[in-house]
Amino acid sequence: MITATQTAVKEKNYINAEDGLMSWLLTEDHKRIALLYLIVVTGFFAIGGLFAALIRIELATPAGDLFDSNTYNKVFTMHGVIMVFFFLIPSIPAILGNFLLPLMIGAKDLAFPRINLLSWYVYMVGGVMILYVLFSGGVDTGWTFYTPFSTSYSNGYVIAAGLAIFVNGFSSILTGLNFVVTVHRMRAPGMTWFRLPLFVWAHYATGAIMILGTPVIAVTLFLLVLERGLHIGFFDPAYGGDPILFQHMFWFYSHPAVYIMILPSMGVISEVISTFSSKKPFGYTFIAFSSIAIAVFGFLVWGHHLFVSSQSAYAGMVFSVLSMIVAIPSAIKVFNWTSTMYKGSVRLTTPMLYAIGFMGLFTIGGLTGLFLASMGMDVHLTDTYFVIAHFHYVMVGGAILGYLAGIHFWWPKMFGKMYDENWSRLSAVIIFVGFNLTFFPQFLLGYMGMPRRYHVYPPEFQVLNVLSSAGASLVGLGFLIPLTYLLWSLKYGPDAPPNPWGATGLEWQTTSPPPKHNFEITPVVTHEAYDYDALYKREGGHVG
Amino acid sequence: MDSHVAVSDEAVVEHTTLKHHFENAEQQKDAATVGMWVFLVTEIMFFGGLFLAYFAYRQKYPIAFASASNKTNLLIGAFNTTVLICSSLTMALGVHAASLGKRKLLILFLILTLLLGGAFLGVKTYEYHDKWVHHEVPGEHFECEGCKDAGHASLFFSLYFGMTGLHATHMIVGAGILLVLIWQAYKGKFTAEWYTPIEMFGLYWHFVDIVWIFLFPLLYLIDRSGRGLS
Repeated sequence: MITATQTAVKEKNYINAEDGLMSWLLTEDHKRIALLYLIVVTGFFAIGGLFAALIRIELATPAGDLFDSNTYNKVFTMHGVIMVFFFLIPSIPAILGNFLLPLMIGAKDLAFPRINLLSWYVYMVGGVMILYVLFSGGVDTGWTFYTPFSTSYSNGYVIAAGLAIFVNGFSSILTGLNFVVTVHRMRAPGMTWFRLPLFVWAHYATGAIMILGTPVIAVTLFLLVLERGLHIGFFDPAYGGDPILFQHMFWFYSHPAVYIMILPSMGVISEVISTFSSKKPFGYTFIAFSSIAIAVFGFLVWGHHLFVSSQSAYAGMVFSVLSMIVAIPSAIKVFNWTSTMYKGSVRLTTPMLYAIGFMGLFTIGGLTGLFLASMGMDVHLTDTYFVIAHFHYVMVGGAILGYLAGIHFWWPKMFGKMYDENWSRLSAVIIFVGFNLTFFPQFLLGYMGMPRRYHVYPPEFQVLNVLSSAGASLVGLGFLIPLTYLLWSLKYGPDAPPNPWGATGLEWQTTSPPPKHNFEITPVVTHEAYDYDALYKREGGHVG
Repeated sequence: MDSHVAVSDEAVVEHTTLKHHFENAEQQKDAATVGMWVFLVTEIMFFGGLFLAYFAYRQKYPIAFASASNKTNLLIGAFNTTVLICSSLTMALGVHAASLGKRKLLILFLILTLLLGGAFLGVKTYEYHDKWVHHEVPGEHFECEGCKDAGHASLFFSLYFGMTGLHATHMIVGAGILLVLIWQAYKGKFTAEWYTPIEMFGLYWHFVDIVWIFLFPLLYLIDRSGRGLS
């Protein structure tokens, strides 16, 4: 499997091409920028996780032992804000997308390398601002910043938090812009649209949402800041405004933002499932277009967050139906992945374990989304733990498992090192079990009527809450194990060959780690993506 | 910037402006153009939120909006509209001069654009000051003399300041970029073969103008006759 070119350029790759801190801080190499993102995003994931731990500790008992209600409000707000805006949204696109998009389409870099670096600095500015909010006393509005509480009554640092997300949004916009232009204009000769890996399709759709959605949250937060800071009213009835307008504008972005989080994950899963089944994805075109369909329909469903916010019943019905329609492209993906595995030679490697976990958890998350899309059900379930469980099944069970699948899948490519397969499989199982233990009881709690965002609850809910907290401890442990063996692999792991998994993408045809400009010679693509026969012909034998 | 050899359609031209990751100058220009248009799409969505708020509230409180819009200064608004359209003309002429490689003409048109933009901002400042003096800035001291449905009239002025303020911010950013471009043009950075930044900035400047073309009727003209008040 080791080709001649690989040994020749082994010494010089993108990591050791240049030395010194400045060569990293001023780099325009998409692969290095991906690593910069990896470090900071992991940091924010840890902070967000810490707040999750605090929430679960407080909820282990019915009484408010650890925090008063004000502090608890700040804890879950910081958890939400950091996890959504500073971890989930940038995680896969800014790290894996950044690293892989040019490699997968046979380009030397993204279309705008300097803007790519700028997006990292913009993210850092937003990050520093949110840390300022954190250390100076936090914000207590919930990550949704609903008016008029946020503009007129909250005692937290709403303006600073709003501006932090405003700034951070531009990082997302710049990344999305870069991705869309790159896919349009930087493809290697022969890399037609329908030869693109599904990961690229998913990121193209994600980029489109970032471009069309993020500016709307930016302007919404701009108005929020004007109202709170300068009393130039837009939403508070005291100024003649309407708080519902805020909810419309907020969710016009924040619902599609859910697809910013999940679509890249779906892209990862498509790659992983195909590779470890050694089989062309079933229905390539359907998976590709379902990404686009999710991006399009994702913009038409925001009203399902307003079923109980005085929205008219007719608007509610339309949004209800449209929300259910999104389930179709999502289901197409799950069915196609399943069919891809059918009669494939399935290898249960770590990325594959995560991918299979993703399919199960995302299906539960998606189906419970249908419950919430039905207006009658939603009236009962809205603002309960059922909603919490639903979106954590999608966001953690979906987005984070996809992220971990991707990190494990491309780790050998990113760093040229193999990690320990036994530890990694063990942690995948721990995370899966722990996750279900954490969030499945929350479906029951929500169904029984436990509201979200309270630090105290009636004693009859305790058993399920204790189960949930126990599961959260398992998940926490599950996240620490990969951190350890992945870092360990950087120093002690065996060198990775260019294509350790027997995958078909162009990124596997260059060295691990890739050279500074990705490919020694710009590749010419002569066959479709996932052509395993061509792979065996080129690299000899049946790999894996 | 990396210096590379690029192959154009006609001949092999030495290009100092081609970045390493592009195959040729054409691809680079294409990428910049697509990128700029995509950026303008994000700008449309950015302003779009405010336009949405305007339409929602205007629909809901037509009387308040009709009477409040009579408070805007039509003469100043029309004057500024003219100034801005002229600046778009000089900008377009600047792009044309750049494409012909006429350096001095380019600098002249860029400076004219900057001056017209500055004039717009100056007039806008005067207009804001006037609103401030007449307590027409939303907030604690807001007053709307003779306004009907005064409780919602402040929304009109919130939107007026939000929309024109965001527009003015874009003008200020544009003026900053213009200064840089004038300096670069003076240094002879642009040639007839490569003037992408000028062209891209032209798109941005026209976009900002077009936003105003929508703002002017919405804030100054509609319902001015007072028909909405009856």
